[in-house]
Amino acid sequence: MTESFVEVLELSKHFPIRSGWFQKATLKIKAVDGVSFSIAPGETLAVVGESGSGKTTLGRAMLRLTQPTAGTVSVEGVDIASIGGRELLDVRRKLQIIFQDPYSSLDPRLPIGASVAEGPAIHHMGSRTEQRERVIIALRRVGLDEHQMARFPHEFSGGQRQRIGIARAIAVEPKLIVADEPVSALDVSVQAQILNLMRTLQEELGLAYVFIVHDLGVVNFMADRVLVMYFGRIVEQASRKDLFSSPAHPYTAALLSAVPMTKPRLRRTRIVLKGEIPDPLAPPSGCHFHPRCWLREKLGNPSRCSTEAPSLLPASVGSDRLVACHYASDVS
Amino acid sequence: MSDFNLANGGISLRADEDGNQTTDTLLEVKSLFVEYVTEFTVVRAVRDLSFTVRRGEVFALVGESGCGKTTAALAVMGLVPPPARVRSAGIWFDGVAMDRMSRRQLDGIRGNRISVIFQQPHASLNPVHTIGDQVAEVLRVHRRTTAAVARARAIELLDRVGIPGARRRERSYPHELSGGMAQRVMIAMAIALDPDLLIADEPTSALDVTIQAQILDLLRDLSTESRTAVILITHDLGVVAEMANRVAVMYAGQIVESASVDAILRDPHHPYTAGLIAATPSVGERPNRLTTIPGRVPELTSIVEGCTFEPRCSRRPDWSMAHSGEPPVSTPVPDHLVRCWLYAEDSK
Repeated sequence: MTESFVEVLELSKHFPIRSGWFQKATLKIKAVDGVSFSIAPGETLAVVGESGSGKTTLGRAMLRLTQPTAGTVSVEGVDIASIGGRELLDVRRKLQIIFQDPYSSLDPRLPIGASVAEGPAIHHMGSRTEQRERVIIALRRVGLDEHQMARFPHEFSGGQRQRIGIARAIAVEPKLIVADEPVSALDVSVQAQILNLMRTLQEELGLAYVFIVHDLGVVNFMADRVLVMYFGRIVEQASRKDLFSSPAHPYTAALLSAVPMTKPRLRRTRIVLKGEIPDPLAPPSGCHFHPRCWLREKLGNPSRCSTEAPSLLPASVGSDRLVACHYASDVS
Repeated sequence: MSDFNLANGGISLRADEDGNQTTDTLLEVKSLFVEYVTEFTVVRAVRDLSFTVRRGEVFALVGESGCGKTTAALAVMGLVPPPARVRSAGIWFDGVAMDRMSRRQLDGIRGNRISVIFQQPHASLNPVHTIGDQVAEVLRVHRRTTAAVARARAIELLDRVGIPGARRRERSYPHELSGGMAQRVMIAMAIALDPDLLIADEPTSALDVTIQAQILDLLRDLSTESRTAVILITHDLGVVAEMANRVAVMYAGQIVESASVDAILRDPHHPYTAGLIAATPSVGERPNRLTTIPGRVPELTSIVEGCTFEPRCSRRPDWSMAHSGEPPVSTPVPDHLVRCWLYAEDSK
């Protein structure tokens, strides 16, 4: 195993639901519930899951954009909760984020050059001239040029705005970018341009990505490793190849089979899940997935599924593939 | 003017109960134009669009945002209000000219024999009425059913579209439902009067993939069981592949290619269709780079004579030809229509 760049240990983020006279926290939503993983330098980790699975909250808690309820995030071996001041600022420079909506994530009253220049200025990256130089380099890298610096976000298309968002992130020379659904608001032809750009930047700058995404086609194109989340927990963690060739968790198998395929020969038997993602205020007991699980039904509804939460364990001895299912060996 | 009529070839005539001859064609649209005229510009949203929908089939209109697919479908229903200018060489629904109908006649068809499902179910449902009331209302308005009968039928319909515990859930308000459940309610309302044609505008784009699979299965079942034709409007070629029988690919307000789904996916002729398929990341083989279509969709105000895809085309013949006028519609293989200069020779 390579030295990891970011190490996330037992990270949780719970949102209290307040009600009653004294606004007592009566219930809590466990958006992220004890999640651990690591990211190697230059690697792309895709976080997959449906809405409500906690993937966005995970990205935010990891960057401390929201304060985690429990758990630690270490960057290059240093727990980021234990540092402050200049040290923390430098860690923040190394970890950047790109958002889904290229329309609302840029300040509409700021020319795009100034928008990209904010990062280098905050991090005191050289003199004024050097900072300007950085902005120009960043814009060129994403396929824009310096003549467009004085223009405002509304003058750009969705795809170009997402390029500006990427330029903002890379202008401060980060080592990792959390990309939260960066292409899901874009049309297919533009989406392909942005994904190619992100691959190129990764190769040129040695970036690591945490790619939060629901589209499995995009996952297949971008990821080295994949985390599959369901209801705040990781249900499977595997290399892209392993995951797509033989999913080990019944939820992953269902997710893969539900992807509509354009190539008829790639179509597989579809596993249609019953029901919906459960109510976050009343999570199912035991394995969160058990009420929708096709495998449990096939196995004659063993009681273990509804009583005992499965731990995330190696799929086989010594394997780096992890799966949280009592009956993972029966999936294939 | 080119004609994109797909009805020729393969129309079977059959006799209905009264012995009248009816064709398999349910909807025929000929040369439809939709323009928005402002003080300074004319936005040509839909240009010279012709297609037919056969009974019981799923016909997909596919294209990227702004290509005019939704506008086209709404214009067919007479739902594009002024100042938009809508004109056509004719729109026939079940043999009757819709474009010449009075408002009253149209109301007899809309919501009754043709119904629509929109992308955002929560935005389309009334937040202050229970879902049972909303489904029942359709029956009461169009069929003048009594309240009790309408209610009983509403529960049946909610059950039919897979809402668990329909008897209890009919008293729910839209905000109590997930996106998938709300979309099921929309479908229940749409099929309440057993329509001949269902227009589904991005019915699953707001839904998660496992829920999308459920809704697509439901739509397919409904279409096969009750021979309801579906116009499926979508940007997702995967959804088209799973659902549709025939497909028309739209670009900048025009249909650029149209054929059976298998033919288009296996052997796309138009460079735009081919580009769109290649640009879609799949879960199969992983390429080193995705194929892209350079540039972006043109502004619909700045459309010049000639091929609108030419500036982005990787296979453009020569410049003068591409600019010599509208590309002709040709039929390189039977039942496969392409609007492209590359196939002009094949035109018959």
